[in-house]
Amino acid sequence: MASTTVVVEGAPRPGRARAFLLRLRSGDEVAHLITLVFASAIFLITVLLVFELYRNSALAREKFGWMFLVTRTWDPVFEDFGALPFVFGTVVTSAVGLLIAVPLGVGAAIFLAEMAPARISDALAFLIELLAAVPSVIYGLLAIFTLVPLLRTVVQPFLKKTLGFLPLFQGPNYGVGLLAAGIILAIMIVPFIVSISREVLMAVPVEQREAALALGATRWESTWKVVVPYARAGILGSIFLAMARALGETMAVTMVIGNDPKITSSLFAPGYSIAAVIANEFTEATSDLYIHALIELGLVLFILTIILNGLARLLILATQRKGTAHP
Amino acid sequence: MNYRTVWRKSVNAVMFSLTGLCTLLTVCILFFILGYLVWHGGRAINWDFFTKLPKPVGETGGGMANAIVGSAKLLLLATLTGVPVGFMGGVYLAEFGGKTFSFLVRYTTDLLNGVPSIVMGIFAYTMVVLPMKHFSTLAGGLALGVMMIPIAVRSTEEFLRTVPVTLREGALALGASKWKAIATVVIPAAFRGILTGIVLDLARVAGETAPLLFTAFNNRFWSPGWDQPTASLPVMIFTYAIAPYEDWHRQAWAAGLVLLGLVLLTNITARVVLARKLSSVAG
Amino acid sequence: MKKLSAFPLVLTLVVAGMAVAIIWGPEKQWAAPPPPPASLINGAGATFPYPIYSKWFDEYHKLHPDIQINYQSIGSGGGIRQVIAGTVDFGASDGPMTDEQLQDYKGKYGHDILHFPTVLGADVPTYNIPGFRGELKFTPEALAGIFLGKITKWNDPDIARANPGVNLTGDDIVVVHRSDGSGTTYVWVDYLSKVSEEWKTKVGKGTSVNWPVGLGGKGNEGVAGLVKQTPNSIGYVELIYAIQNNMPYGQVRNSSGSFVKADLLSVTAAAAGAAKEMPDDFRVSITNAPGKNAYPIASFTWLLVPSTIQDGAKRKVITDFLHWMLNDGQKLAEPLAYARLPKEVVAKEMKAISGIK
Repeated sequence: MASTTVVVEGAPRPGRARAFLLRLRSGDEVAHLITLVFASAIFLITVLLVFELYRNSALAREKFGWMFLVTRTWDPVFEDFGALPFVFGTVVTSAVGLLIAVPLGVGAAIFLAEMAPARISDALAFLIELLAAVPSVIYGLLAIFTLVPLLRTVVQPFLKKTLGFLPLFQGPNYGVGLLAAGIILAIMIVPFIVSISREVLMAVPVEQREAALALGATRWESTWKVVVPYARAGILGSIFLAMARALGETMAVTMVIGNDPKITSSLFAPGYSIAAVIANEFTEATSDLYIHALIELGLVLFILTIILNGLARLLILATQRKGTAHP
Repeated sequence: MNYRTVWRKSVNAVMFSLTGLCTLLTVCILFFILGYLVWHGGRAINWDFFTKLPKPVGETGGGMANAIVGSAKLLLLATLTGVPVGFMGGVYLAEFGGKTFSFLVRYTTDLLNGVPSIVMGIFAYTMVVLPMKHFSTLAGGLALGVMMIPIAVRSTEEFLRTVPVTLREGALALGASKWKAIATVVIPAAFRGILTGIVLDLARVAGETAPLLFTAFNNRFWSPGWDQPTASLPVMIFTYAIAPYEDWHRQAWAAGLVLLGLVLLTNITARVVLARKLSSVAG
Repeated sequence: MKKLSAFPLVLTLVVAGMAVAIIWGPEKQWAAPPPPPASLINGAGATFPYPIYSKWFDEYHKLHPDIQINYQSIGSGGGIRQVIAGTVDFGASDGPMTDEQLQDYKGKYGHDILHFPTVLGADVPTYNIPGFRGELKFTPEALAGIFLGKITKWNDPDIARANPGVNLTGDDIVVVHRSDGSGTTYVWVDYLSKVSEEWKTKVGKGTSVNWPVGLGGKGNEGVAGLVKQTPNSIGYVELIYAIQNNMPYGQVRNSSGSFVKADLLSVTAAAAGAAKEMPDDFRVSITNAPGKNAYPIASFTWLLVPSTIQDGAKRKVITDFLHWMLNDGQKLAEPLAYARLPKEVVAKEMKAISGIK
């Protein structure tokens, strides 16, 4: 006799205890309980994580307060810590990454969704998705020995000669720096933009395209003026997701960013990102305040990622409601 | 009018060529990565790499045998901790979930997924390394295990939901209790997809370096048991890549090839299996 | 309905294979058979002495196959931190622990942490100037100016003055420093603080400082790597890193006015004075040491060992190792360009070892 599967959440009220124990005999309640325990474990682990982050950054939060977010110094000797250079580095490298990855990724997605025949589209999409599986440290390994020398010897001098009037491209030329980190980030996030945007575009109802074509639009016009705007929210969502990934990238960035907590106007200059400084200095922070400051940085990063991920999901959800996104 | 059409047609051609170029560029990057690693890593791989321990600083030779085994141990531990939790959590969400608690669990799973890997390392450090007073394989494995949970949950839930309602109802109609129906009919039907998702998850976590930096730490020797620091492929690649020794660079390429080879092989196999499975499930 | 598909079967075989390899593999075929879990000691810290430490622990393992001492070079700051946190059995640092850190440790554990000098080494200014592999002479003012960011070009008069006849280009100097908490840094900035008032007030000394300019490399290895790959760069590394990587390094003017290159003689000369007046806790700075032949940026490097070790087996291993290190181990130092400890220091240390209970 299958019993009901409604479980009273929380402690069973007195008097019902007996009934509960009886129901426990049946496998359903046990199964429900077991899976509930594991699900709660997930919930508890996350709560614990946030709590630990909060608790272990107490010293820094008390000492610096909100000023932590806008202080430029990072001085372990005089124990003055500020997050601004790292937020700057994280934001700038992610911005450069997006600037390169978005046109590239959306372009590729459009081609794969609209232009390429289905088999080729699937095959190429498969290959591009493999890019997402390449570990960060391998990107870093490659970047050190290919990208950095290339930047130092060819690309950066070229940029300096042609666009050197912009403060962005001035200053000494190290090879490592914000630009190198931005480019490697771009390569790392492109597969996400391509794969999600492609799915979103492919899910646009075929009637939309046919309507546009029936009205005399060229393929491109139908794509650009009808399909893409329809899928706009989903594409934007993919960009936010890519941004969230870029923010948290540690290894590839720390191998090419130059590790200097400064705020400069030049992309050629070395910088520092939140994830990179934690990776470099965590095991060596010699005072409690120093460690707490690093953990507070981790907290800041975490919150930034949460906000972006949340926005991304909302956008992708919005596209779903409109009936365009992949279920 | 004619000029306008010509203009529109050329824009059409140009834009599609441009987007095709974007695609080509992106795909080329993959081949470049593979090619470069195969070229440099292939030359560096020798039998020593798989069987010897690292040599003292500055001396050439040696290998990464301990790192390979270390990575395997870490991944084994990650699977043992992360997969059951994720799987059961997914089952809960798909089959049993109440309304508010499900929402909470989903929300926190998403949150957990968004945790940057370095922050996960901090968490494992404060929760495992400090109390144990040891860097350990255990800490590293747990950090990786927790990272596996969100995707395991999502995979399980998604694939369980794809099982047709007719299958469930058939089982129930034949007199199975709910849990029996789930365990003997629904889960096996979704099994392939779930397994694929988990294998992909494992491949992703195999390449993670940041959480290991201050949990499993590193070790120049074999690491017996689970409570000692251990070398791992990603950490060795990082350490050797940023150093000045040519011989270390050579070994970093070899390690990179091995790691990437395993990760890509797993990915390709899993995706091919998934594609076949999806096409065979006719609904 | 359930077909026996190949995939799960293959997967199970792979996992089983992995498990077998993990459990039995190392003991059957690879490398030396691992020791019965008798003694596993973990240490971490300075990258400055990493080459000699890794050699020592390797040799010691060959002499005592059942003892494994795993040392990770994460920087002196890391060594200090991890030893205070208790996650390693011993630490290593070239920047001695401050009084505050010692108090911290004592307050936490109730016993002291002891410093044991192991070898003498030197920080050298290594550079990568395309087309020039000679030896540059650096005055203290030049070094301070470069690292303060005030001297920005290689052809600056402050550098040229000490190097007549050498024509360097007007390229920008790329400064490379440590991104992690480092004793090598400590030695370098300790020296700069002594010779430059501006450095002392503006930046100060510590295992991690707020660098006015430059790229950050992780560990001595990272700095050497960056300098090697970046033209027109200059960084500071422990002597052996420059030698092992074939990188040119410069001479520095010492307090007596002579330009000295770092080598066994000049480093030993730097320690001569301190050897006679070594404090009981062995914490001493020998930068800018007096003496005509003394190299000005030299330093002892220390192992940080708790004065009370509960685990009897571990205590024995560590004290035995210290004995070995002070006698046979010292013979391995010179081939790696580290200077041996002065006799007086060795004698004092042998006595101090008995203080480990």
